[in-house]
Amino acid sequence: MLDLTYEMPKPKTIAGAKHDWELVIGMEVHAQVSSNAKLFSGASTKFGAEPNSNVAFVDAAMPGMLPVINEFCVEQAVRTGLGLKADINLKSAFDRKNYFYPDLPQGYQISQLYHPIVGEGEVLVEMGDGTARMVRIERIHMEQDAGKSIHDMDPHMSFVDLNRTGVCLMEIVSRPDIRGPEEAAAYIAKLRQIMRYLGTCDGNMQNGNLRADVNVSICMPGAYEKYQETQDFSHLGTRCEIKNMNSMRFIQQAIEVEARRQIAIVEAGGKVEQETRLYDPDKGETRSMRSKEEAHDYRYFPDPDLLPLEIEQAWVDDIAAHLPELPDDKKARFISEFGLTDYDASVLTAEVESAAYFEEVAQGRNGKLAANWVINELFGRLKKEDHDITDSPVSPAQLGGIIDLISSDAISGKIAKDLFEIVYTEGGDPAQIVEDRGMKQVTDTGAIEAALDEIIAANPAQVEKAKVNPKLAGWFVGQVMKATGGKANPKAVNDLVSKKLSS
Amino acid sequence: MSDLNKLGLAEARDALRSGDVTSVELTDACLKAIDEADALNAFVHKTPELAMERAKAADERIQHGDAPSMCGLPIGIKDLFCTKGVPSQAASKILEGFKPEYESTVSQQLADAGAVMLGKLNMDEFAMGSSNETSTYGNAVSPWRRGNDDAQLTPGGSSGGSASAVAADLCLAATGTDTGGSIRQPAAFVGITGIKPTYGRCSRWGIVAFASSLDQAGPMTKNVRDAAIMLETMCGHDPKDSTSAELSVPNFEAMLTGDIKGKKIGIPKEYRMDGMPAEIEKLWADGAAMLKAAGAEIVDISLPHTKYALPAYYVIAPAEASSNLARYDGVRYGRRAQLAQGDGITEMYEKTRAEGFGPEVQRRVMVGTYVLSAGFYDAYYNRARRVRTLIKKDFEDVFAAGIDAILTPATPSAAFGLGEMTEADPVQMYLNDVFTVTVNLAGLPGISVPAGLDAQGLPLGLQLIGRPWEEGDLLNTAYALENAAGFVAKPGKWW
Repeated sequence: MLDLTYEMPKPKTIAGAKHDWELVIGMEVHAQVSSNAKLFSGASTKFGAEPNSNVAFVDAAMPGMLPVINEFCVEQAVRTGLGLKADINLKSAFDRKNYFYPDLPQGYQISQLYHPIVGEGEVLVEMGDGTARMVRIERIHMEQDAGKSIHDMDPHMSFVDLNRTGVCLMEIVSRPDIRGPEEAAAYIAKLRQIMRYLGTCDGNMQNGNLRADVNVSICMPGAYEKYQETQDFSHLGTRCEIKNMNSMRFIQQAIEVEARRQIAIVEAGGKVEQETRLYDPDKGETRSMRSKEEAHDYRYFPDPDLLPLEIEQAWVDDIAAHLPELPDDKKARFISEFGLTDYDASVLTAEVESAAYFEEVAQGRNGKLAANWVINELFGRLKKEDHDITDSPVSPAQLGGIIDLISSDAISGKIAKDLFEIVYTEGGDPAQIVEDRGMKQVTDTGAIEAALDEIIAANPAQVEKAKVNPKLAGWFVGQVMKATGGKANPKAVNDLVSKKLSS
Repeated sequence: MSDLNKLGLAEARDALRSGDVTSVELTDACLKAIDEADALNAFVHKTPELAMERAKAADERIQHGDAPSMCGLPIGIKDLFCTKGVPSQAASKILEGFKPEYESTVSQQLADAGAVMLGKLNMDEFAMGSSNETSTYGNAVSPWRRGNDDAQLTPGGSSGGSASAVAADLCLAATGTDTGGSIRQPAAFVGITGIKPTYGRCSRWGIVAFASSLDQAGPMTKNVRDAAIMLETMCGHDPKDSTSAELSVPNFEAMLTGDIKGKKIGIPKEYRMDGMPAEIEKLWADGAAMLKAAGAEIVDISLPHTKYALPAYYVIAPAEASSNLARYDGVRYGRRAQLAQGDGITEMYEKTRAEGFGPEVQRRVMVGTYVLSAGFYDAYYNRARRVRTLIKKDFEDVFAAGIDAILTPATPSAAFGLGEMTEADPVQMYLNDVFTVTVNLAGLPGISVPAGLDAQGLPLGLQLIGRPWEEGDLLNTAYALENAAGFVAKPGKWW
């Protein structure tokens, strides 16, 4: 296996009045665990159900109801931890985070403040330009999602939908190792990719299944290195947390906007207040969510309804043993096994489904050729119609069949594109289509020669010109291709044309 | 047979099995007694139709030879238990009109065994109180009186309705719950038996939570044998309660041999409080002498952290309660305050909770919120948790040294008069729990057995504390004490 090594990317800098400023970013990513049932109840987690239809008594916090942990959610959290090369804590515990809100029926969120299930890990974030950042993960804990408050359905009333209440989230907390908006987006993309490989989160940002709180601060060049040496936060600026974003684009915009706001404050001699802010994409600004006086005191304490969560090392080992191949490993293998470029390998491993598709096509075939066809022809065509690899009308076997026909010289590359279009729109077995429609390449030099002789005989003037200027040989090639309906083997035609014209 | 309501569980069970009585007859007798006893205010929701229906079904089961030990026996259920389709409001205004769509595991197990629910019993609001005076239904009244004085006395709390109903023979037995003494103290006040099993023995599912790490259900009965019978039905592992123990439940009744020869009974010196009434002191000494006479060895022991138990309890219990009671917000069920024009969500919370919770509940929610708040958490909550660990260790140490059970008074005094403590500092009321809270903090089983009367003719109880999960052994020791004490006094009927 190849060991992929990268340069570190340069931190994003923003020019200030006197000097440049650097950005320091840490993220809390909330990923909805892929599971059929909620973290502490048997209610369904299905998205898009009728409001308040996926609600168990415990989700609605009916009197006397008690939470019971969904073991599958625990397994998913462990799997995610292993995927992020993190420490798994065999003993963790649940705490209550207390606050009042109508979409939080219990009046507290069950979370893991003091003893999270997953400890320190790391994620390699490639920037696509040959650089990559290793972002340290501080912890991952499990917690309940809240419900949804709807304030715009009625002028006087608010409505609450509890379908989401109690769904299991993983909060993935990074260290402040991210150094710019692009890195932040790449970090989320990488987390999303890993979790989709693992099957632990579908990564659907639009449905809110993946959202992020982003901590942004600014510092002078050199300060960050001091922090890295000492892990002493006093070298860094005061951070502000931008809450609850579920769009890569807005995350990047918000970071930039927030950094500029902080620079303006500091350069004007002011002090950045540590606070929670919201990004308004319409106005392109962040604004304070609540003042210090309104800050919540969450009164965390261990949830007495739940015993500490104890898991066995053997169980963790078993999950680890059955972990799927992860993106970094797969990419390295594609490069070494199929001779792909770093770029092609990245593209093909971006989604677990694409990688699986490619591998099926590439099996026993020329890997580079397979990669070209998957990336250029198939992805291009799918994108045109906004299709996904999972609903590709061309199966890996069909695309493999087309590639086999090219490799055996049965069809030319040009014919292959036509063939691909037919398979894409009409379906069918590529070899059969070539047979039925007479698309097979003509490699019989006798037939090509006959056609060429005919053209030479009919165009003596052209022949003379071509003899003087060999560049004009292409005209004869074109004429032969035209005469054979494009099926002549281009190499055979070229060879023959140059032989005849030079004789 | 006459006065069927005066029977205990074992007697009634035997009479049912022999065909001497029917469940319908037993139930009818209890329902009549209940109707005559409104002055006691013990039953706050009567369910006569449901009771008769269940009694008939029980009679059929018995006829078919399917008669589990609780089959056909009419009992009362504390209002803290959620009972399907029947008002269950934890004696709080904030749960006005709440009828759950589900049945608590414990009451379901009783129903499955054929027990007949007569109705819901009064209690302190959210089980917070030691006199039943915090109930939104008004207080339950003890059937006992001081000599010829007609002043109304407390049946204790929080399971005051249960205590009053069992002592006044309105039902054969009742469920209670015990967070700091809420079964044992009222049982002692009215001369009946009450056991709080080991934490985790009974499922908490469907019981309105007060302090989750302390709450346990248990039976309140007319004698120790009845407690054994009913407890067995109430216990058992419940996958719906993560803190419920995966242990099999022994046949407790079969363990009642009365033989306690060679058992070591510990007498903890720290329970001898300054200013303890002489009557209590004497009762305690008499109890020890009775156990000794029955063949037990009496050993002086020390539980050194006892004096920190009450303060620790009054940090931990309110802390958990402040969080457990956050769900009563007027959003989904129960009472919601009338709002004024322009009121928002904050006003809805404030008005609903201000109206819906009584003063004692509000006090505890405030205390709990305070001790969990930033800057105070370590000083109060964490320290209290450490104390709790030490208290638990105190017990572990004496049990490891061979002690089988610990004998203490159940309460620092006999029942007091209703209203007598109204003006007192709330901490005075909290002192009622001084002998019982340690047991909850340590998660141990504890039983209160009536052992004598005070000078004014009021019952006094003794408490026995057992090893974890050894309720059978504890019940047997209690049985020996009961036999020796020969407590038979009953309140004269004035209601």
